[in-house]
Amino acid sequence: MASIDSGGEGGGGHKKGPGVKKAKKLSTRVDMTPMVDLGFLLITFFVFTATMTTPTTLDLNMPKDIKDEKEQTEAKESGVLTIMLGKGNQVYYYEGKLTVDASGNNFKQTTFKGIRDVIINKKKDVISRHVHDETCKKTQEKSKDKKDPLWEDACKDRDFIVVIKPDTEATYRNTVDILDEMTINQVRTYAMVKILDQEVELIKATEATNNVK
Amino acid sequence: MPSVKIAKKSTDTDMTPFVDIAFLILSFFIMATKFKPPEPVEIKTPGSVLSQKLPESNAVMITVDSSNRVFFSVLSDKDKTKYDLIIQGINSSQNLGLTPAEMSNFKQTYAVGVPFGGLKQLLGTAAADQGRLKQTGIPVLDSANNQLYWWIAESKKAFGGEELKFLIKGDGQSKYPTFEAVVSALKRNEEFKYNLVTSLDDVPAGSDFDKMNKRIK
Repeated sequence: MASIDSGGEGGGGHKKGPGVKKAKKLSTRVDMTPMVDLGFLLITFFVFTATMTTPTTLDLNMPKDIKDEKEQTEAKESGVLTIMLGKGNQVYYYEGKLTVDASGNNFKQTTFKGIRDVIINKKKDVISRHVHDETCKKTQEKSKDKKDPLWEDACKDRDFIVVIKPDTEATYRNTVDILDEMTINQVRTYAMVKILDQEVELIKATEATNNVK
Repeated sequence: MPSVKIAKKSTDTDMTPFVDIAFLILSFFIMATKFKPPEPVEIKTPGSVLSQKLPESNAVMITVDSSNRVFFSVLSDKDKTKYDLIIQGINSSQNLGLTPAEMSNFKQTYAVGVPFGGLKQLLGTAAADQGRLKQTGIPVLDSANNQLYWWIAESKKAFGGEELKFLIKGDGQSKYPTFEAVVSALKRNEEFKYNLVTSLDDVPAGSDFDKMNKRIK
């Protein structure tokens, strides 16, 4: 290992005589083992403590509360998907308007795994019913000018709106998961809305029948 | 009889390059390691597919822990006077009667998680001992007494025209009403853009987001 060589026999020209006592040559080699040991110990420590996962952020834009009904955004009923979050990581949804009558209702229950397909299918459905018109053409050209690689899709899904309604039992994780689902499926328009009493009751009833804890 | 002599090879290997590299790695880790600031509570953030970086300065962090307690902290490494401005604003608007020493302790306080009434006690405690205090969280759920509103209002005043980001760091287990109350406190301050702190998740293959990322590349 690393060592420093002493000059060996004195090259300085000292004469060796019978009276000159030969100094005992001590080794100049230093035992590096403890230093290396410590070095590795520190490496292990820093490797373990190094936090490689940097936190990331998810942007959330909330609309201003508009009290005036005239200024509120109107949504086409056929393109709306309402997603509700309940306790026990349960997801409830309905398409269009909530209808509860004798013939049954369109209130359905699923999980976070299932909701992705629901969103994908609804998006496909809305796009397939899309009618191309002048305003749509303009939107497409605008995004084409902006060099958006997906300019062709720019307005096809304009009627697709997802309404997210977490109830009081939903966790923050559920909320972030569903917002993430919007990114994953590229839903352009979504809104977080306060849940209605009628919907809470339906969730409670479904929870009771499914025995969700 | 002449015997074949096998040359004796030394079993000692030269370890110098190995040790060199080891120390190189060691110095890298020492320099690259940034220790996490002490947190009042441990937060397990939910995952998200977005890989945006978190702003580290000029931001207000609102932390919600797993038992729905709300904490408020300011991230301003460059300009420490912001801390003074905020606590002075809170002191005068809420008539708390804090001493200058208590107010200057706000700089060292990592996060405030007490109602205004408990602020004097919290800031009267040295920063190192604050961990032992039981913090009940800033009251937010009662919309008439949403104290977070005042904290945000004072931070907005302190930062003036500078860019100020609002980070919401929630524990995955916290309940939605608390999050909603935090958002409503921000909304009342005319703030509509927030950053939710998340950890990175993989993008599911074949999803529309995945396709878009590939097309951009």
